[in-house]
Amino acid sequence: MSTIFGIPTPALYGQILIGLINGSFYALLSLGLAVIFGLLRVINFAHGAQYMLGAFVAYLLLNYLGINYWLALIVAPLVVGAVAVVIERTMLSRLYGVDHLYGLLLTFGLALILEGAFRHWFGAAGQPYAAPSQLSGGVNLGFMFLPIYRGWVVVASLVICIGTWLLIEKTQLGAYLRAATENATLVQAFGVNVPLLLTLTYGLGAALAAFAGVLAAPIYQVSPLMGTNLIIVVFAVVVVGGMGSILGAIITGYVLGILEGLTKVFYPEASSIVIFVIMAIVLLVRPAGLFGREE
Amino acid sequence: MSSAPLLEVRGLNAWYGESHVLHGVDLDIREGETVTLLGRNGAGKTTTLRAIMGILRRREGIIRLRGKDLLSLPLHKVAQAGIGYVPEERGIFASLSVSENLVLPPTVSDGGMSVEEIYTLFPNLHERRSSQGTKLSGGEQQMLAIARILRTGAKIILLDEPTEGLAPVIVQRIGDVLMALKKRGMTILLVEQNFRFAKKVADRFYLMEDGRMVNSFPGHELDARMDELHEVLGV
Amino acid sequence: MAVGTQYIAEQPKLRTSSKVLGAIAIAALLAAPFFFYPVLLMSILCFALFACAFNLLIGYVGLLSFGHAAFFGGAAYFTAHAAKVWGWEPLAAILLGVAGAAVMGLLMGFLAIRRQGIYFAMITLALSQMFAFICLQVPFTHGEDGIQGVPRGYLLGILDLNEPLTMYYVTLAIFLFGFFIIWRIVNSPFGNILKAIRENERRAVSLGYRVDRYKLGAFVMSAALAGLAGGTKAIVFQFATLTDVNWQMSGEVILMTLLGGIGTLIGPVVGASLVIALQKYFAAWNFPVTVLIGIIFVICVLLFRRGIVGEILELMKRRQKGAA
Repeated sequence: MSTIFGIPTPALYGQILIGLINGSFYALLSLGLAVIFGLLRVINFAHGAQYMLGAFVAYLLLNYLGINYWLALIVAPLVVGAVAVVIERTMLSRLYGVDHLYGLLLTFGLALILEGAFRHWFGAAGQPYAAPSQLSGGVNLGFMFLPIYRGWVVVASLVICIGTWLLIEKTQLGAYLRAATENATLVQAFGVNVPLLLTLTYGLGAALAAFAGVLAAPIYQVSPLMGTNLIIVVFAVVVVGGMGSILGAIITGYVLGILEGLTKVFYPEASSIVIFVIMAIVLLVRPAGLFGREE
Repeated sequence: MSSAPLLEVRGLNAWYGESHVLHGVDLDIREGETVTLLGRNGAGKTTTLRAIMGILRRREGIIRLRGKDLLSLPLHKVAQAGIGYVPEERGIFASLSVSENLVLPPTVSDGGMSVEEIYTLFPNLHERRSSQGTKLSGGEQQMLAIARILRTGAKIILLDEPTEGLAPVIVQRIGDVLMALKKRGMTILLVEQNFRFAKKVADRFYLMEDGRMVNSFPGHELDARMDELHEVLGV
Repeated sequence: MAVGTQYIAEQPKLRTSSKVLGAIAIAALLAAPFFFYPVLLMSILCFALFACAFNLLIGYVGLLSFGHAAFFGGAAYFTAHAAKVWGWEPLAAILLGVAGAAVMGLLMGFLAIRRQGIYFAMITLALSQMFAFICLQVPFTHGEDGIQGVPRGYLLGILDLNEPLTMYYVTLAIFLFGFFIIWRIVNSPFGNILKAIRENERRAVSLGYRVDRYKLGAFVMSAALAGLAGGTKAIVFQFATLTDVNWQMSGEVILMTLLGGIGTLIGPVVGASLVIALQKYFAAWNFPVTVLIGIIFVICVLLFRRGIVGEILELMKRRQKGAA
């Protein structure tokens, strides 16, 4: 059996794949956080809860309404996006005039409510969610065995990340968003309905989180706690990348996921903290983050 | 001259937080007219534009466009009613290219210039259409700030010190652009410190002091009133 | 504008009345164990001190730490280990906890003060989560079980802390000591510079203050005092577990301070008492505590950002204005 640095290559590739999967979720979630933060100046602590909610909506749709994975991939983000729109209209929008930290505290409270409620109803244990039959099984790539569902997750998250990036960089709606991030008042003075833009942006960010949640459901179990522990790691990812750049958030997400996977191969004890350690190093060397601008 | 004003401002009061900055401003602009606000720094000229636009939200009084109340509208509806705004700081967006900056403001009515027409009027902008907006020179940024409003079909354009800090040859060029706009029948409310520039384009002047309108007179009287102006403006 | 711009009204009138109020409060605290369960009271005292320590940072420097559980829970582990494994005298064990929390505060603070506002919150949260992961893995914390059966021991080798009343009065003394230290810090020249930084950081820089050092100093003091609360808690409740280091704990201390009143001296005490009492009450009802805490958060942020004490002070200020 071939080895690299004394590690059997299938194990190495396997961990890189797991890293890439984790990285896919980091990228999707930090992308959503960055989009929301850019315009609303709110760190959406509820992002993890919205990811969890996406997974649970898929789970409930399947078990109570018999709606399959593919439809859930569309319906769950719409449902969670709609919930987010209500949250923005009724609560977040009241906080735009005050210190940004209150937005963080409000969304933290919302995350606790969602998480606590689901734990109350479903218990802390995870619920299984089967991958769709079209994506079950795997292929032998010669150097490793690739479960098809995992390959799909990487591809789907890449497509969504690139799609979101194109939406922001190449469309008129994206131009409104970028301009409003710089000077929302002027954009509104030009006749753009900026309050609506804020609402839609929060909805979009939450929908991205929910999409990630549905993708995650067959890999990790659907559990009330799946979101918050993840979101704290994503915060570290965001600090490393800096929130100034959408592309930066995506790249940082994937790279840190892979680094985490590699750590699992070479020094497994440190794998749960490696991203935090990288964050600490980046703070020492480049406080504004790799893609960030000093504010 | 007897037609109803396009933009009518009556007894406009405005506040920045707790401080009362406009005290009963009256202002009329008829269709196709170019009106210039004169006054020292801090007299309330920019504030008047911002209050009409609705950027400054704490206001009382009357602001009507063709008889339609603007005061109660949310900010984005004011532009949609047909007012275009060119801010003093120009407001070119760094994260947008020149052409993206140009097409950013949504169209508010028919009759705006097409992008081709605009590029004919401002060949520089065409040349640099894919550069980052803020990489343009000051003069080019000013052109861009004006150009993007022309596309929207706004009936009246609020222009805040378009010549500030620009070289004479660029000021000349902006003067030409404003004359061309006047010919097209555009209504302009201009804030300007540069007399020679203002004299060339303005049909009428308003003189502001301490947040009040203290005088108004037709453009051709400017020379005759120079002494009075020097006293109020302290130049 | 910083979160904690509402600070305690400093009219001399209030000062004399607050002396009277302080005397009444201390008398009430001395009498309290005869009316309430000492365990509940000690729990409140520990968390109140924790919240006061946290408030030192947000209320007087304007920095929102989302990682204070690391100091509270970390100190609990250090104290528990020293008392149980090394057989240290309880006060010495608590002091070790304080010292450990201070060192951790120095390390975390050194990294976190490089960013401001929301980033500061995220960084402290991430670093404390890292600490929680470490606590899960290193042997001395005993993973999911935590350190159980910590002996309360004899204070200075004399006072038997297994006596509930003795334990209560020792806890009260520690709380009052911590509260007094915070009061002194806030009203010292150092505290005034902190407030200046909170109001306008750039201006403080231009006045020649080395803002980073002041921030770090405040961070370490806040961490050490949170450690005092955590170490005491480990002795009182005789255990130290992962619950004390995880992010929910950081969230709870934020809530206590927010509910009572950020930047007010007694707000965190009021907030901590209310949160602990509500938790006990709702736990009996089988209502999920996390949901309750979330709801209070949302209500506080949307309806009364000054907190209970802050709103009362504001009301008094307005009345005074109205009377004048």
